[in-house]
Amino acid sequence: MTRIWPVAFVLLCIFAIWYAAAFFLNRPFQIDTYGRADRTDWTHAELLADTMRQERPVLPAPHQVAVEIWQTTIEKKITSKRSLVYHASITLSSTLLGFLIGTTLGILLAVAIVHNRSLDASLMPWIIASQTIPILAIAPMIIVVLNAIGIQGLLPKAFISTYLSFFPVVVGMVKGLRTPEVIHLDLMRTWNASPWQVFWNLRWPSSIPFLFTSMKIAIAIALVGAIVGELPTGAVAGLGARLLAGSYYGQTIQIWSALVAASLLAAVLVALVGLADRIVLRRMGLQR
Amino acid sequence: MSVDSSTVIEVGDLSLTFEAADGPVHALSHIDLRVQKGDFVSLIGPSGCGKTTLLRVIADLERPSSGQISINGVSPEAARLARAYGYVFQAAALFPWRNIARNVALPLEIMGIDRKERNERVRRNLGLVNLAGFEKKFPWQLSGGMQQRASIARALAVEPDLLLMDEPFGALDEIVRDHLNEQLLALWAKTGKTVVFVTHSIPEAVFLSTHIVVMSPRPGRIHDVVVSDLPRERTLDVRETPEFLALAHRVREGLRAGHSYDD
Repeated sequence: MTRIWPVAFVLLCIFAIWYAAAFFLNRPFQIDTYGRADRTDWTHAELLADTMRQERPVLPAPHQVAVEIWQTTIEKKITSKRSLVYHASITLSSTLLGFLIGTTLGILLAVAIVHNRSLDASLMPWIIASQTIPILAIAPMIIVVLNAIGIQGLLPKAFISTYLSFFPVVVGMVKGLRTPEVIHLDLMRTWNASPWQVFWNLRWPSSIPFLFTSMKIAIAIALVGAIVGELPTGAVAGLGARLLAGSYYGQTIQIWSALVAASLLAAVLVALVGLADRIVLRRMGLQR
Repeated sequence: MSVDSSTVIEVGDLSLTFEAADGPVHALSHIDLRVQKGDFVSLIGPSGCGKTTLLRVIADLERPSSGQISINGVSPEAARLARAYGYVFQAAALFPWRNIARNVALPLEIMGIDRKERNERVRRNLGLVNLAGFEKKFPWQLSGGMQQRASIARALAVEPDLLLMDEPFGALDEIVRDHLNEQLLALWAKTGKTVVFVTHSIPEAVFLSTHIVVMSPRPGRIHDVVVSDLPRERTLDVRETPEFLALAHRVREGLRAGHSYDD
């Protein structure tokens, strides 16, 4: 129970700052509105209340976002185009696909790099360079190029997730596959173990803790990749589409609710990887 | 080099030089050594005398710069490929994600021994080192001494005739060490294996060995080979006898004459 209080306190502070910011940011427009309506009899209590219920506030208050999320998740049918669950599931599917491809690609690259010195020298700089290019710049090109060769729908977006998520896996797994101690490698040598046996019985199990740490980062940025990938697709569906549509029409509440949904989704995904991490490590006897 | 069937290790004029950044290091210089079947040979000397390096050369973990060496009449590499020896390191070096039984089984899995035979050997060798009942424990759940015993069981499970041990009890406290020394001696008497044992403890070397190879550093070389006249069956009490003390004295003198106490 004692661990709840620090979290609750921080949450409380965030809400306090948010409400205060909402009041100050929305106040000029509200006073303007009073002026246009030739109202001079407004009180400060009225002003405070009105800044919290604008239709297109500069910064929506937390409860406005909460109501919007409630209405677009619980009260809407999942099949509805206005359901946040529908949009989140679109984003989630390309996130998971991209994460899966990215993790597999990352592991394969790491294995190649660890076993081949020249690949280490030739691949690693390109892998690092790939991440210095702003994803926002390269995402539309990937979508357009893939579209030109007939790949549409889920895959192009998933590729952008892949592009971001393979990187932490490569870096983590290169480190992980290299952690075995000399003494363990010597033991393998005295047993005349084949390279495959050394990999499977020593390098791979040693790298598992690194794999999960990398995957926690990878799944979070895979979600970012999926959202970015939705922006240049013409904003049809997905959390990215909700963000884009919201900004076209000045629907700030919609933007914020999509943002909150995205961060909740990320939190759940990272927590799931963390859970898998604990289960696997416990079964391997690595967690005490 | 003439090798009769009772010779396990034959080393002739063997040298090993490491090329370090600040010049060559003569780790081993003109080593001659013969180990007979059933011998318990200790390599003793201070740090840097090459005792571990010599053991690693025997195990084909290092290549000599010059000289001859044969294990069971073949090269160290051929002996290693034939899995002719078991090697015990200073650290237990158990695999943390495998329980004790699966740790002992690992070399057997690598050798492609079937499950039934594997289980039988695991059971038998864990019994030999008094670890029956700890099969399902993970290494971190065992004390240092128990971990080292598990690693000895792992080396024994390969069923080698030759056991190479590199200061296996160096990191353990005196009491555990005495106990394991006694167990090792009993094991050796029971199995008749050939053992090459690296140590820097004079009582340990004298207590365990039939032959004590006294080495000295810079360059690493053999100063003296002390042949023990103690009976093969010994208990810790043997350490109080005049014969034991005389042997220990001779080893100590050898170490001193080899300028091992200079620094």
